[in-house]
Order: sequence, then structure tokens, then C-alpha cells
Amino acid sequence: MSTTCDGAPAPPDAASAPGLAAARCAVLLGYGDTALILGQRLAEWCGHGPVLEEDVALANIALDLLGQARLLLAHAGALEGRGRDADQLAFLRLEREYLNPTLAELPNVDFGHTALRLLLFGAFHVALWSAVQHGRDPQLATIAAKSLKEARYHRNHGADWTVRLGDGTAQSHDRMQRALDALWPYCSELFTASPAEQRLAAAGAGVDPAQLRPAWEADVLPVLAESNLRVPPPTPFRASGKRGIHSEHMGHLLAELQYLQRAFPGCRW
Amino acid sequence: MDWPLWEVFIRSRNGLDHKHCGSIHAPDARLALQMARDVYTRRLEGVSIWVVRADAIVASDPDAKPEMFDPAADKIYRHPTFYKLPDDVNHM
Repeated sequence: MSTTCDGAPAPPDAASAPGLAAARCAVLLGYGDTALILGQRLAEWCGHGPVLEEDVALANIALDLLGQARLLLAHAGALEGRGRDADQLAFLRLEREYLNPTLAELPNVDFGHTALRLLLFGAFHVALWSAVQHGRDPQLATIAAKSLKEARYHRNHGADWTVRLGDGTAQSHDRMQRALDALWPYCSELFTASPAEQRLAAAGAGVDPAQLRPAWEADVLPVLAESNLRVPPPTPFRASGKRGIHSEHMGHLLAELQYLQRAFPGCRW
Repeated sequence: MDWPLWEVFIRSRNGLDHKHCGSIHAPDARLALQMARDVYTRRLEGVSIWVVRADAIVASDPDAKPEMFDPAADKIYRHPTFYKLPDDVNHM
């Protein structure tokens, strides 16, 4: 079990080779799952966007994320060495085996909620991929360099809408403030290292997400200020999606995401 | 939807000029560029975008076509095809 990607407990010796390989695999799965689940949420807007142009914009971003998820999960599957490809990892795992932060899986509430989450994750991914693109794993570095360009656009699109709605009408401002109050407590999980991330960072082979927080705050807080939004005070709440313990919404999301492969195993378009 | 209409012009990778490719609705110029990017450059159609508010374009009156354009129809001498060019002058 210690060499699987499934977030199983890692062996105690952080320097041992199999432990490091399992940690690399788990971190890749976490990155891939984040893109996959966030992309799935965004894809729910397809056909329901507030205007045609924004419908296309959100679907484009969802497809960017799906493309990143494919690359990351394929890389994780190859490292794992158990013959699982990106599709099998995306569609055939159990809920507890997904390692995305809870923020990615929370349901869409309204367009403002989606725009704000786009900003929060876009800025996080800009910071993450900026660091990862200089990492030791050449394949991951290549994926990070490609994803960084996409994340910059996601961040900008989310930021532009956040400012317009936060600093818009009384109703749009209230909705944006409600979205920020709901989403903010989940952000701390982005910067809390999972055991696998800790092991990689300690071995100099990965990014400690805690180190991304200053850059993220420097990016996000001015946008929130320009949007006239009040950042909620810190709470002791800690989400646990990166450990595989998800919100009640995750099962419903996976039921839809996995339906086709569960009903028709091996089905291809 | 009370967003203004914007006309979109795209310059392709090898093109020298921006060509009109369609229109979009957007609340302001910055988002108009993003909307145009998302609607019209999804398949590598371009490397540069212009957006112009449709109501900022002054257009000729379609009903005035006869007096605007027909008079040019029988002035073929305006095309420089009646002159013999020296061989040294290429690409005319």
C-alpha cells in the first residue's frame, strides 16, 4: 500500500526511495484532482452561463483545467506503475481516494461565487505553477509551464468579474460578500501541506504550499479591496479534502463525473 | 441584456491587417477583449485583437448605395491597367 497513489499512509522514513516515489505520485494526484474537480464544477455552467460569451469563456476554462488534469493524472499513473491511465484515475477511484482541496468541489451558487473561486484558484495556481515549473521533475515542469499561462488568464478573468460585481450594484456586492464569506474559510487548506507535500518539500523535491501564501495574498487581497469586499476573520476551521475526507457535495459530483464509466466500463467516445 | 455591442477584429498569425470577424456583447472594453478572445480565438485564429464599440462606427447608408458606389462602375480608366510599365518596375 505504501507505494500506491491512493493517499495511503506513507512509510515513516521520509528519505527512503519508495516513500518518496509514493509521495511524488500522491502530490501529482492532488494537483490533477484539483484541476479535474474544479473543471467539472465549471463545466456545469455550460449552457447555463449568464450570457453566451461568458458561457463560452467558462467552458474554455473548464477545458483548460480538464487538459491539465489529463496530463497530471497520466503522469501520476505512469509513476505509480500499476497500469492505470488518466481515464482510470479520473473515473474509477472512490471518493476517499481523491486528493483535491475541498474548495474545488463546493457547489456553484451563483455566477459571482464562480467568478470569485476562479480568482482564488487562479491566483493559487499562478503561484503554484510558477514554483513547480523550476522543479526537479522535467515532465511536471513542462506541464506547469503550460498550465501557468492558462492560470494567468483564469486569474484575470475571475479578478475582472470580482471587481465588477463586488464594486457593482448593492445586490451584486452583497452576493459577492456572501460568496467570499462562504469560500474564504476553505482557502487555508490550499496552503496546508499534505503529508506527501511535506515529504517532498523536506527532500527538496517539491513545493511546500505554505510558502505560496504570501504571493497569493499579495495578488488576491488588493483585488478584494478594489472590489469593496471585506475579508472574513480567520477561523479554526480546516477543510480536509487533500486528505481524502471530502464535503457532502463530493459524492454527488463524482456520481455525475463517473456515471458513464461506471455504467459502461471501458466505454470510449 | 443591456450590454453594448462590440465589433471584433482579429489579426491572424501571418496576416498584416486586422479583419472583421464578428461581434460580441460585453459590459466594458477590458471584458470585451476577453469575450472576443474566448469566442473568436479558440482555434489559434489570431495573435492580436481589436474591439470597437459598434455605436462608435460610422457606417454608410445601405439605401445610399446607388449614389455612393454605382458611379465608380464605368470608370475603368481609374484602374492603372492602361499604362505600359518598364520591366524594372515590378509588383505593380
